[in-house]
Amino acid sequence: MPELDALDRRLIVATQAGLPRVSRPYDAIGGELGIGGEEVIARLRRMLETGVIRRIGAVPNHYAIGYTANGMSVWDVADERIDELGAKVGALAFVTHCYRRPRRLPDWPYNLFAMVHSRSRDEVAARVAEIEILLGDACRGHDVLYSTAILKKTGLRIAG
Amino acid sequence: MPDGISGAAKFDETDRRIINALQGDFPLVPEPYRQVAADLGIAEGELLGRLDALLERRVLTRFGPMFQIERAGGAFVLAAMKVSEVDFERVTAQVNAFPEVAHNYRREHALNMWFVLATATPEGIARTVIAIEAATGLPVFAFPKEREYFVEMKLHA
Repeated sequence: MPELDALDRRLIVATQAGLPRVSRPYDAIGGELGIGGEEVIARLRRMLETGVIRRIGAVPNHYAIGYTANGMSVWDVADERIDELGAKVGALAFVTHCYRRPRRLPDWPYNLFAMVHSRSRDEVAARVAEIEILLGDACRGHDVLYSTAILKKTGLRIAG
Repeated sequence: MPDGISGAAKFDETDRRIINALQGDFPLVPEPYRQVAADLGIAEGELLGRLDALLERRVLTRFGPMFQIERAGGAFVLAAMKVSEVDFERVTAQVNAFPEVAHNYRREHALNMWFVLATATPEGIARTVIAIEAATGLPVFAFPKEREYFVEMKLHA
């Protein structure tokens, strides 16, 4: 676990809703925290290096940019092969997130989750078929859960 | 009031270039917007104005650092519930009222409500699951991440 001090935590709270859209955004954040812009930059850079920050940038609403079909594909993969195959599925360009998660029997037999974003359901289905081929015999069943409404989207926040 | 899915929004070629450019690594320099604008061949003021408009119109949901909160000591988990049609609106309001619920999607399955919980500590997850079960009267299926294979989260506009 990377070491984060109290100031790092205040910096996270100050920036998790977004960066200010002003010419000198790091100075503006520093002004709120009582530190200089260079200190803000140095701390953000360190958090990027340690992985506390994945990247700094824009998060598109995937529906708005044309990825109107969003299928959560879920797979029941043999335990002894899931890590090897999960890495291959995760490396596919059209898979944006790929995780191993626990089964919840009997309601939920699936242990591999791969999110597929495309411009249509037909395109999602074609990509899911590609994953099915890749998994082969190691896969005992799958499903695709399409999203039909965004009920809430605020991004991940920690309390200040 | 939940957002429906209204399909693709209208944006022009310059907006598209801005969206794609800003999904890369934003510069850690004193005047980062000026640098991005110069790379795109537009004025800084135009970049800032268009970025504000893209956020305002929800073409972009946010702009800034994307934190991996487990690395900061926090935790998050994917969770799902089976919600009947008649209860759907009530349960949506109850679940969304929790600040720990970061996003929530309706999906076509018996488990039809899927949301992500984010808390400052790992203990917060279990506490929030119990609180949501108590508020809604429905079981919550938690799907903690056991392993991450790859997370890109960049989409070409």
